[in-house]
Amino acid sequence: MNSQENKKPVLQLKDIKKSFGDNHVLKGFNLELYEGENLVIMGKSGSGKSVMVKCIVGLIQPDSGSITIKDQDVISMGQEELDFLRTEIGYLFQGSALYDSMTVRENLEFPLRRHKDKVENFQSTEASVTEALESVGLLHAIDLMPSELSGGMQRRVALARALILKPKIIMYDEPTTGLDPITAYEIIQLMRTIQKQYNTSSLIITHDVDCARVISNRMILLVDGINYAEGTFEELSNSSDPQTRAFFKN
Amino acid sequence: MNKSNTILARTKSFFAEIGDMTYFAGRFFREVFSRPFEVRELMRQCYNVGNRSLLLVIVTGFILGLVFTLQSRPTLMQFGAESWMASMVSLSIVREIGPVIIALICAGRIGSGIGAELGSMKVTEQIDAMEVSGTNPFKYLVVTRILAVTLMLPLLVILGDAVALVGSAIVENLKGDVSFTLYFNQTFDALKFSDVFPATVKTFFFGFAIGLVGTYKGYHCAKGTVGVGEASNAAVVYASMLVFVVDFIAVFVTDIFFTV
Repeated sequence: MNSQENKKPVLQLKDIKKSFGDNHVLKGFNLELYEGENLVIMGKSGSGKSVMVKCIVGLIQPDSGSITIKDQDVISMGQEELDFLRTEIGYLFQGSALYDSMTVRENLEFPLRRHKDKVENFQSTEASVTEALESVGLLHAIDLMPSELSGGMQRRVALARALILKPKIIMYDEPTTGLDPITAYEIIQLMRTIQKQYNTSSLIITHDVDCARVISNRMILLVDGINYAEGTFEELSNSSDPQTRAFFKN
Repeated sequence: MNKSNTILARTKSFFAEIGDMTYFAGRFFREVFSRPFEVRELMRQCYNVGNRSLLLVIVTGFILGLVFTLQSRPTLMQFGAESWMASMVSLSIVREIGPVIIALICAGRIGSGIGAELGSMKVTEQIDAMEVSGTNPFKYLVVTRILAVTLMLPLLVILGDAVALVGSAIVENLKGDVSFTLYFNQTFDALKFSDVFPATVKTFFFGFAIGLVGTYKGYHCAKGTVGVGEASNAAVVYASMLVFVVDFIAVFVTDIFFTV
């Protein structure tokens, strides 16, 4: 944490509030993500973690507060600017969200249709697809349909799709949910490898304590729509506060 | 008190939905003329809508012509008016029955398909994934589908009408000893520009209505598999109703402009 203090955050959320009718989901949430950092957000189901991530990528508009990515204010952006900024963000959805009418190849080619010029050292669509699939170890599945893949393979293809534009920030929305422990471990290792290979900053939403232990540099506990506690895994898991400790009981 | 509250709430929700759908249609017109144009996806959707409905339209059209002629024959014979058969059948099919029946068939086949497909994409976050990847999902999914149905339905109706007339000609040939040449000569003599043109123009509006309702219901699908089923079902019901409403308006307008 201390080593980050002199750095500028690549992503910053200040006092984010979001309500759905009378349901106040986020009540002033703050976050700073630094370059190369793996920041884990933990919270109970329905605590607003996914809403927060969707606010960051502009899928949901917060009621108030500010979201800054690389000094650019996301909330006030026009559609075209937002589309451009989104090419710098990879997003791994909770259910993979692969386009089920397309093959694995077409799924990976899709983001490149409009934005191949924004990819560093872009050679060809074929080369980019091959590189992304190789990095998740699924080159052999290139012509399969998503329905022909297991849950773990779908998650890896979704990760390859999130990487295809070589983003600087990757958001993982519960990357290990619904997977068996062995596959979940493989995904966690893959996330670490990718972070090193692509030098990305990662925002990881998870319930999985093992995932948080292995991957996090820093953690935030989101409770009742606010930052309840913040620190490293060791600091939080050894906290004297019973509610904080409750998150780390398997 | 409770009953009146329920009626009030339903009325409000009905008008709110009409408002939302109008806004949705407005967005379609804003986006259809702006770049980038998703030509490849439009072609793919035209293929889906057109080619995959072909057999259904041919079978429906053929049976329609066959049955309509068989049912009309005895009545016309009573008045000694069998010679009017070709004219009556062609005018009825081209002006009204053909477009409405084919549009209703397509509302079932295409409207429900679009509603279910987009609904399923919505609940599995595929639409969100598309947006996050920097592609405008409204343009890619909605605009292309509405355009495809609007462009392909008139072609399907023309085909359906033609097949229905062939069916009718077969019945007349077998039952009334009328040659195919005579039957089609009488048919084309009876049909005027004022019969064919308005009937063709209204099929574009039928197509637009089916595409609009299907995409609207799918795009605004509630979470869960129940939501997908409801979206698909509502797409058929609303699109079928809209076909009749559009037909009523079209007949009314045609009556003003084409009746001497």
